Amino acid sequence: MTTTTEQPTRRLNTAKAMVEAIAAEMERDENVFVLGEDVGAYGGIFSSTTGLLDRFGPDRVLDTPISETGFIGAAIGAATEGLRPIVELMFVDFFGVCMDQIYNHMAKIHFESGGNVTVPMVLMTAVGGGYSDGAQHSQCLWGTFAHLPGMKVVVPSNPADAAGLMTAAIRDDNPVVFMFHKGIQGLPWMAKNRRSVGPVPTGDHVVEIGKAATPRPGSDVTVVTLSLSVHHALDVAEELAGDGIDAEVIDLRSIVPMDTEAIIESVTRTGHLVIVDEDYQSFGLSGEIAARIAEHDPTILKAPISRVAVPDVPIPYARPLEYAALPTPARIKAAILQQTGR
Amino acid sequence: MSASMEAQVRRDLFDQMVLIRTYEEAVLREYHADKKPAFDIGAGLIPGEMHLSAGQEPVAAGVCAHLTTDDAVTATHRPHHFAIAHGVDLQAMTAEIFGRVDGLGKGRGGHMHLFDPATHFSCSGIIAEGYPPAAGQALAFKRRGTDRVAVAVTGEGAANQGAFHETLNLAALWKLPVVFIVEDNDWGISVPRSASTSVADNAARAASYGMPGVRVEDNAVEAVYAAAGEAVERARNGGGPSLIEVHTLRLWGHFEGDAQGYRADLEGVPGKDPIPTYEAVLLEQGVIDDAAVAASRKNASEVVEAAIAFAKASAEPDPATVLDHVFA
Ligand SMILES: Cc1ncc(C[n+]2csc(CCOP(=O)(O)OP(=O)(O)O)c2C)c(N)n1
Repeated sequence: MTTTTEQPTRRLNTAKAMVEAIAAEMERDENVFVLGEDVGAYGGIFSSTTGLLDRFGPDRVLDTPISETGFIGAAIGAATEGLRPIVELMFVDFFGVCMDQIYNHMAKIHFESGGNVTVPMVLMTAVGGGYSDGAQHSQCLWGTFAHLPGMKVVVPSNPADAAGLMTAAIRDDNPVVFMFHKGIQGLPWMAKNRRSVGPVPTGDHVVEIGKAATPRPGSDVTVVTLSLSVHHALDVAEELAGDGIDAEVIDLRSIVPMDTEAIIESVTRTGHLVIVDEDYQSFGLSGEIAARIAEHDPTILKAPISRVAVPDVPIPYARPLEYAALPTPARIKAAILQQTGR
Repeated sequence: MSASMEAQVRRDLFDQMVLIRTYEEAVLREYHADKKPAFDIGAGLIPGEMHLSAGQEPVAAGVCAHLTTDDAVTATHRPHHFAIAHGVDLQAMTAEIFGRVDGLGKGRGGHMHLFDPATHFSCSGIIAEGYPPAAGQALAFKRRGTDRVAVAVTGEGAANQGAFHETLNLAALWKLPVVFIVEDNDWGISVPRSASTSVADNAARAASYGMPGVRVEDNAVEAVYAAAGEAVERARNGGGPSLIEVHTLRLWGHFEGDAQGYRADLEGVPGKDPIPTYEAVLLEQGVIDDAAVAASRKNASEVVEAAIAFAKASAEPDPATVLDHVFA
């Protein structure tokens, strides 16, 4: 359940919403601290820690060497001793140099210890493409993390959810991977999504991990998506509403755990499913969603599902190629039209 | 500066540095040309991150002067100076940076992902990850009984990455013909060396892997040339790997768009530009004259502008080909 004790909101971009949530938890709990590359004076390459160094000082906001295995591993050790680190992996694409600490240690210690050791930490990381950063700096990869048991994976699409999920992640006794899309941060140096600024509740605002949201209810087709693609899906749904197509958009927000119930409930009503995923298509999130529906009851589908994902190709650099690979509004629209027989 | 060095070598070093700088200035111009008034990293003819090497020319010029295109170079996210000095085709490289079909990677790679089999040049956007492949190239060269060498480049920030240390050990253990270069430009994005590195210099680290390590101060191109000459010769003669750290200079931001608010040393930076410094020395010692300087600039400008024109004239890749080249 999403809990908010006070109702008033203020308008923040996603980056600022994350920072505010982190700052509030740092105020509340002295065990919370931040570490990572360029999180101090620079304020995070994608502005996820802007101002924290000034507010909390270098003992609680630590710039690290470019040693991801070392400092993510250190966060794990600190967490097992009761601190609550928030550690930033600058781009998720860099997981390759430090994955052992993440999946063999962060994710498995609780299990291997028979539940005797907890690892309460947040691994936050930037994801996504669309600005020609090439094959090593544009991936989403949430399916890769979600595949490996032992870590929760949250993927907010807007400022309020970013704040609420960050608070939930920091308070969670499990390792939580918090994946934020660069395109929703509201950065001054990148084309801005119009919903990268939005109302964020003040006070104690928590979004429960594992609950999807339905930013647009509809009856004709279910579009299940997450992160930046939520905004593309909403834009397309608004456009198609004019043509009499009523698309429901589900924002997963969290994929471990994933709100399977919300998906099934919606598809049971609409009978049509479009999955929009900026991660690679095969062996990932879109296939998992399809499998869960098939396991539940394939007959709720009135038509074969549609997947709008990155075809199995690394993200290309050149803009025409990159946009041929990404789940663009045009591809989402085509899939919805196909589902609705238009 | 060593008066004993051949005048032609010194002129070549100067010309190489001028070419690199001219190239980086042209890319800078083209990169920002259509990102105004509001900077949008994804917009323009050259989109994406752009890490330029201005100030670091002495390293590439001094090292690559000892290589042929049979030797390998693995560079970093800041690759242009090494690509140019190693002789990568400037037109194909520029077309790649513009994301065009005639680019080295047919528009798939971009500025951090330049692959040129003709010169055995490659680079990576992942820190220190050019080190292990250089060891492998050196292994192949050694296996085949050649005297070819591999040069691996990183920044001082990257020297705190596991891949850096693992590769030094491996190359020393197997006595591979590798020359490891560390470009110490004082900064890893916003983090100064003093806040990232536990030792005063990375040359000291070479000792723990049993290989010679030297540090070249003052971004001095001739000192780089001398140190690299020894290291390359050692590698060619079967003497195994060496490490050279050069104290160089990041003349501009980490990437384009970096306001460098964190950088306390900013004011003194332009005065440390290695090119006017070297030019003054060569002029004073009569190795070059004003006409030679002008000719060097003119030639560089012609070559560079031809490469830019080639890139702009090359077609954009067809979106229908997006799935090409995933597999051989
Ligand atoms: C494994 C990995 N971690 C982090 C980054 C992000 N990053 C790109 S460049 C850079 C700084 C590199 O500093 P240095 O090695 O000194 O090279 P310089 O940029 O100064 O040339 C960082 C942290 C990366 N590309 N790869």
